[in-house]
Amino acid sequence: MSVGVVMLCHTAFDRAAQVARHWAVRDCPVVIHVDRRVKRRAYDGLVKALSDLPNIRFSGRHACEWGTWGIVAATQEASTIMLRDFAQVRHVYLASGSCLPLRPVEEMIAYLTERPRTDFIESVTTEDVGWTIGGLDVERFTLRFPFSWRKQRRLFDGYVRLQRRLGFRRRIPAGIVPHLGSQWWCLTRQTLSAILENPDRAEIDRYFRRVWIPDESYFQTLVRQVSANVESRSLTLSKFDFQGKPHIFYDDHLQLLRRSDCFVARKIWPHAGRLYKTFLSDDTGSQPAAEPNPGKIDRLFAKAVERRTKGRPGLYMQSRHPNENWENGRTAAPYSVFEGFVDLFENFEIWLGKATGTRVHGHIFAEAKVEFAGGEKIYNGAVCDSAAIRDYNPTSFLTNLIWNTRGERQCFQFGPEDSQALAQFIAGDPNAQISVISGAWAIPLFHSNRNFGEIRKEAARLQKIEAEFLSELRKPWVKARVRTWSLAEFVENPMEPLQTIVDEISPRAMRRLSEAPRLADLTGFGQFLQNLRNQGMQPVLMGDFPAGDDPRPSTSRRGRPYLVK
Amino acid sequence: MLRLARKRWRIRAFRKRRELRAVVDRTNQIAPDHILLFSTLRNERIRLPYFLRYYRNQGVNHFIIVDNDSDDGSREYLQAQPDVSLWTTKHSYKRARFGVDWLNYLQNKYAHGHWALIVDPDEFFVYPFCDTRPLRALTDWLDASSIKSFSAMLLDMYPKGPFDAAPYAEGQDPFEVAPYFDSGNYIIHRNKKFGNLWIQGGPRLRMFFQDLPERAPALNKIPLVKWDRDYAYVSSTHMLLPRGLNQVYDEWGGEKASGCLLHAKFLDTFAHKAEEEMERRQHYANSHEYRAYRAGISTQPDLWCKWSEKYINWRQLEILGLMSKGNWA
Repeated sequence: MSVGVVMLCHTAFDRAAQVARHWAVRDCPVVIHVDRRVKRRAYDGLVKALSDLPNIRFSGRHACEWGTWGIVAATQEASTIMLRDFAQVRHVYLASGSCLPLRPVEEMIAYLTERPRTDFIESVTTEDVGWTIGGLDVERFTLRFPFSWRKQRRLFDGYVRLQRRLGFRRRIPAGIVPHLGSQWWCLTRQTLSAILENPDRAEIDRYFRRVWIPDESYFQTLVRQVSANVESRSLTLSKFDFQGKPHIFYDDHLQLLRRSDCFVARKIWPHAGRLYKTFLSDDTGSQPAAEPNPGKIDRLFAKAVERRTKGRPGLYMQSRHPNENWENGRTAAPYSVFEGFVDLFENFEIWLGKATGTRVHGHIFAEAKVEFAGGEKIYNGAVCDSAAIRDYNPTSFLTNLIWNTRGERQCFQFGPEDSQALAQFIAGDPNAQISVISGAWAIPLFHSNRNFGEIRKEAARLQKIEAEFLSELRKPWVKARVRTWSLAEFVENPMEPLQTIVDEISPRAMRRLSEAPRLADLTGFGQFLQNLRNQGMQPVLMGDFPAGDDPRPSTSRRGRPYLVK
Repeated sequence: MLRLARKRWRIRAFRKRRELRAVVDRTNQIAPDHILLFSTLRNERIRLPYFLRYYRNQGVNHFIIVDNDSDDGSREYLQAQPDVSLWTTKHSYKRARFGVDWLNYLQNKYAHGHWALIVDPDEFFVYPFCDTRPLRALTDWLDASSIKSFSAMLLDMYPKGPFDAAPYAEGQDPFEVAPYFDSGNYIIHRNKKFGNLWIQGGPRLRMFFQDLPERAPALNKIPLVKWDRDYAYVSSTHMLLPRGLNQVYDEWGGEKASGCLLHAKFLDTFAHKAEEEMERRQHYANSHEYRAYRAGISTQPDLWCKWSEKYINWRQLEILGLMSKGNWA
């Protein structure tokens, strides 16, 4: 008993000839169909190249435009010749000219001989199919497709839409339950001949002639009527990308293909010389007879599809520039934004770095320059501290910083003195953790040695900017993790909010903070606010600081650590 | 409007053909499936042996080159190469829109229906799997995917220390002496009119254009195109018409396949070149770029910093997010 191979070819005939010869000299008869649209000379060349082999036939030529009946007609005719001329054939394997056997032919014959009544054909009902591209599954069987998908795409799409709107449906002949599956199958003589010799074949063919992509449904549907033993999978390793076009194998896939233990793979790049040389030689048969296991290849191609459709979150580059809200992650990793903390605490940056093990920058949106951690002039990825470059495209600046430091969490200070260009971007970023002590900007003013008139003006300006930022953070589309406290609230009990923030940044650390950052001296701050009020400016963001009643924790300034059990 | 602009560039290119004189025309060797390389150059003799070898290895079948009045033997060297067709001109590089008009003309004449790679002699094309798959594997895949243009961002490479610390020898891989690049300081704007991305950054931005970032040179390039005689480059290989060809990036979160052009500009030959170009005033935006360099060079700039990345291979560039395999696997 042996296996017969039906080969559908339309290009790369030298490779097709090479593979056909490989099958034929190992006692597998081959029937070759060549697309009618191929030039006479190429066809004659192929016939001549294989003329020395007695068990090769060429079948009548049909035009095989993708998605049309021609491919099925070609398969039918070639299969008929196969069954007629080679009586010893038990299984017929449908392959293309760009298929390549990966395992020795004897292994495949042995595998099929052990399963003499099994038909290997992927055959899935239309309801269960998840892989059709373009949303046509059951409609392939119920609509009409008179226009070419390749050359008349608009008419094709328009006519499909029109039929949908009018509710047009073709009647599916009795007894036919539509199934779909990979075009590449391996059927037994009994099953295949039952399909080809069906007394109703003329009628069935007339119906399928107008079905869309019949090569993925004709045999897949009919096999269910005649076969008792369908194994719904293809023996041919064939992967499709997100547009439904087959992935191509190259020389560098050699090891992957070897380890897949599949019998046949498609599609092979015609110039992949090493693949053809390796797999068409006889010395590959050292592996044990294993079941085909394309898992690794599946993962490789699944990853490729994911890269093409989703991409790497937070990456902006020459071939990935998502529109707003299509970023699949505005930035590459979580980061923290602190407003007011450096004003309230004297050594906040150092303290935070120690407590969380993260990189803590200063005001990276400061007007004069980017205050990178440690006063660096150039940072990860060679981003430089020029404010002009940053302000030229602040979004690029931030997304670059976060992308370049993947793996290390970034924290930075923000405030009403800084450029506010990115406020909205950050607020809408799920990766941002924003903590604001509102009104803390008044503390440096309080400590400053400036004329009061100037201070009052500056306070009014900063308050306005911060109020705008706070209102931005309350907008319904905000996706950042936002926490705000008024200065008075925070000073009352600074440890609890700090603990919450630190826990969120490094959840696994789970230790209690043993040391608090040093609070700035707030003695007289209440009076300072009162003075502002007296001058006609209304400070509202810091909460309630009664004049004369100075907050207690300011004592910790004298070096006594704030201890929590 | 853009259709008119395209027509105008094509007519202009056609008129500029008169400025070109064929030195050696071997274009009858070009077969229908050949991959062609187009380039304009002036006095690049020392770079040529490695340049030709690099692209022959990748699988370029024929080189079509415009020599802009070289006097260092470039013309004679190229003339003797069996797979080069060479034109020469004494006319203004600037008035041929930095060589674009000349090449547009030659592309329209010889590249129709071919994959064409348009690069300068100091640009080295890197694409996904370029260490294991020839250029034809890429173009076949692009054909199968109905993709007509392929993006490759310009990546400025530089040495550690002053440019002339390690001299470049003829035939040498330039990235042995200038192996460093900036991995992540690239700024992207979208050009609404032509639909392309406008990328600036790298060492030139951070060293020479700190105060005037908008003047920094463009790094976005689309050097590989399945050429049609209706196409035209608008400005260098930064953008093309029709504008659909500039859509080399995905807007819905995914990554399209892309490569890089490693830019071997900053070798010891650079100082001399900058001097010469300043005198000729033949470069973009009144040679602003070269002026900025010259101001920098006189104080011996070192583009290297501790965050500079040393080039290993294309996979490194892909991990850093400078290029992508897209769905090519």
